[in-house]
This record gives sequence, C-alpha cells and structure tokens, in this order.
Amino acid sequence: MICQECNQKPAALHFTKIINGEKTEVHLCEKCAQEKGEMFIFNGESGFAFNNLLAGLLNIDPTFQKPSQSPFHQEEILQCENCSMTFPQFLKIGRFGCAHCYETFKEQLKPVLRRLHSGNWTHNGKIPKRIGGGIHLRKQIEELKSELSESITREEFEKAAEIRDEIRALENKLANSQEGGE
Amino acid sequence: MSLERFLNQAVSSWMSEEGPDSDIVLSSRIRLARNFESYKFPTLFSHDEAKMIIANMEEVIAKSDLQRFGQMELLKIEEMQPLQKRVLVEKHLISPHLAEDSPYGAVLLTENEEVSIMINEEDHIRIQCLFPGLQLSEALDAANEIDDWLEDKIHFAFDEKHGYLTSCPTNVGTGLRASVMMHLPGLILTQQINRIIPAINQLGLVVRGIYGEGSEALGNIFQISNQITLGKSEEDIGRDLKGVVSQLISQERSAREALRKTSNIQLEDRVFRSLGVLSNSRIIESKEAARCLSDVRLGIDMGYIEKISKTILNELMILTQPGFLQQYAGGSLRPHERDIRRAALIRERLQMEQQK
Repeated sequence: MICQECNQKPAALHFTKIINGEKTEVHLCEKCAQEKGEMFIFNGESGFAFNNLLAGLLNIDPTFQKPSQSPFHQEEILQCENCSMTFPQFLKIGRFGCAHCYETFKEQLKPVLRRLHSGNWTHNGKIPKRIGGGIHLRKQIEELKSELSESITREEFEKAAEIRDEIRALENKLANSQEGGE
Repeated sequence: MSLERFLNQAVSSWMSEEGPDSDIVLSSRIRLARNFESYKFPTLFSHDEAKMIIANMEEVIAKSDLQRFGQMELLKIEEMQPLQKRVLVEKHLISPHLAEDSPYGAVLLTENEEVSIMINEEDHIRIQCLFPGLQLSEALDAANEIDDWLEDKIHFAFDEKHGYLTSCPTNVGTGLRASVMMHLPGLILTQQINRIIPAINQLGLVVRGIYGEGSEALGNIFQISNQITLGKSEEDIGRDLKGVVSQLISQERSAREALRKTSNIQLEDRVFRSLGVLSNSRIIESKEAARCLSDVRLGIDMGYIEKISKTILNELMILTQPGFLQQYAGGSLRPHERDIRRAALIRERLQMEQQK
C-alpha cells in the first residue's frame, strides 16, 4: 500500500478512525505521518502526543460535539470545583489540573484508565503510611463481612460467630488507630 | 582543566561502576511520581504555589537528611546556565522537560548522583534512582526509602481507588516507571532485534533506542520500561520487567556466542577497526563515535580487547554529547568544532587507559 499523502513511499502507519459510527481509514508513510502530527511520536520522557490519543480513546471529536447537541438537552460541562479544569480542557492537554480532578471526572476516566493500563482501573500497590493502616483494615473488614453473609446463607453458624468476633476485633482496632492517628 | 580532573567531576557512579550483568545491562532506573495534596498540579499551578512547593522541599531537607544518601543539594532551574542544564540532561539527572519547560523547576541531587529528585516538572515531585547494572530491586528499595522519608512530612495526593494521583493518567497508581538500559549489539548483528521488539511491546513494556532519534538506537543501546502503572504492585512491575530483561540477556549472550562461532575473524576485525578509528580519528561525528564505542565495548566483553575498562562505553556515550564537550572546552562550540573536540577527547581517554 502506498502512502496516500505523498503517493511515493509505502505506507507504514494505518489508522482507523470511527466517529459516530462513521469509519475513515488513513494510510501514511512514516515521514508524512510525522508531518501531519497524527503519529504518537516518541520523543524523550514526555512520550507521544497523548492528548490526541486520549480524545481518540473516548471517540470524541471536539469539532463534532457542540453542533450535534440539541438545545433542549444542553449537557452540563463537567468542571472541577477545585481548579476549574473542564473535561474538554483535560482532553485537549492530556493532563489534570489537580488531585481533585480524579474525583470529578471519575466516571469518564474509568474507560480511559482501562485502556491505558491494560484493563486495570484500581490501584494495587503502595499505600502511604498515614492512611495505610485504615485502608488495609477496612478492606479486611469488607472481605470478612461478605464471608459472614456467605456462611450465614450456608447455615454455618459456628463459623459465622467466629467471623463476627474477628470483625469486631478489627473494627475496634480501626477505631483505635484513627484516634491515635489524629 | 585536565581530562582526568574533568572526568572526576563529570562521571557519576552509575557510569564508572560495574553492577550485576553489566556486560549487557548498563543501568537500572526507578522513578516515582508524587504530588502534594494541597497544591494544583504544575499544568495549572500559580507562581506562588510553585514557590511554596520548593520552600516546602527546602524545609524537608533542612529538618532531616537521609544518612544513607549523604548530603543533598538543591538547584533551581532559573538560576542555572543553559550549558549547566544541558549537562544534567545528558547525565539523565534531569529531564529535557524540566530543563526547558519548567520555569519553576528545581532538582535535589545527592553527592554521588545516584538519587535525583525533580521538583515542579510534570508532577510536583519525581524521585529518581539510577544504579549501575541490573539492580532494579535495589533501586526500588532506595526510591521507596526516599518516598517514605518525604511522606513523613508531606501529604501526597492519594486515593484508595486510583492510588498516587499524577498529572497525567498514564502514571497514576504506583507512579512508577522502571527502566533498564541495555547494550544489545549481538541481537542487532544477528538481526533478531526487529523480531524481539514487537514481542516485548505486547507484554506491556516499551522499548526505545536511547540517544538516537526516532527508532534508531545510537550505540546499540536500548531502554526497556514498563507502560502500566495502575493495578499492579511496585514489586510486580519490577519483577515483570526483570523477567523480560533476563530473557533478553540470555538471548544477547547466545547471539554473541553464535557470532563467535560463525564469524570470529570478521567480528574481531570489526572490533579492532573501530578501536583504530577511535584511537586515531581527528574528526568524529556522534553517530560514528557511538557505533565504534559499541563495537569496542563488545570487543572488551568478548575478550578480544584487554586492558580497557568496560565502563568506557557508558562514560564516553555521555561525555561526547554536545553539552559535555562544550563544558570541557569551556565555551560554546559549533557542530564542526564539536566533532574535532569529540575525537580529541576520545583519543585522550583511550591513552589514559594505556597508561594505567
């Protein structure tokens, strides 16, 4: 396949864009792609043109959005209360404005995170010590609670009692650690 | 300044020391991205917030220091000369982004340059530990120790679901980027690299030629790093990367053995020709220098060349970059003058080896 831009070199990059169900294919050689800026060029630590990719991930074409909205259902634009960043702004620059943005945009963010981190969207690593204890305990308590209801449905009451005591002990520990922590 | 004195000042420990598997792995690096909970991220923060962050960091180092890492020095980007910044970039101690696009940036450096903490780059804080050879878990331990030390005094942005919050969602979660720099001439000469890179990419890792532009790897040096930062623990990210790196090491070693068996004399010829170019040329471009340095390093690792230290590749790849050459020359140089300087520096450095 020949590059559709210069019609000279073989196409090395193939894009398929799907916008509102309409499919467009683009075939470019490396040089033309670079010039068009549609390629995720690796240059230094900052990496590829992340914002282009991000808008693509969400299948949002910014030029498309406004005219297609009917005046009756004017959707509110999501905006972070803390730093005033809007979601379209985030898409444009690919960076958040503050820590609070993660909470503000959490629904929109989930599919993005899944695609960026091969399906993962929740943290599974280090936890700061200052909140660490609490989180671990709460997770443990949640797990035990679901175990408890399971054993009750299975009518294993002796085991259920054991689990209940364990939960109480952990809840006490949690209360103590929070008092101590403040 | 004599070359020897210049080297003493310019060479950081990861360049001159050898680590595990250092015939193939030049260095291991761990980077942790962290942000203050209470300030806006560098994309939006105000001048005052940026200053507060630097002041906060100054306070942290004034209060206590980490014995193990020695004295730390804080350098502000706005107070640095362009050449000074460039040299730090060439040493991988700061990123080009910090040097060029972070007006409120600063960096905390330890004396041996094993640890650098970038301030107000894309994130408020980026802890970076650079070790010679394959020492990912050692570098991770060091980075964690620094993280714990900072965390004691700073409330980092963190939430239970997303982990450590970063400016860019590609870093969220652990904020961890682990990377390994590898010298892979055997896989290039046996033309296996083009088959291997896509396979590695499929495992959620990124392979890049470093120093080179685009995909071309200058000096046959590649950097392999993790892409995924969310959903895996720090240890797992390190372990997964190490697993792939170990496989690459064994493939590179068998490629070198195969080369010795099938084209011993050709390889020996190539190595010594390159040594000849490096010890005799009067003008040398960085591309040619990198190619020859890679050959010579391969020759040392495979026993063709004796009496030249292995770390010469790491050292000279760094020191023959434009920033360093100009620092050594004591002023700015045009590209043509740099090529002359580069040739002279390499010749002189090789003579130092003979006198040892």
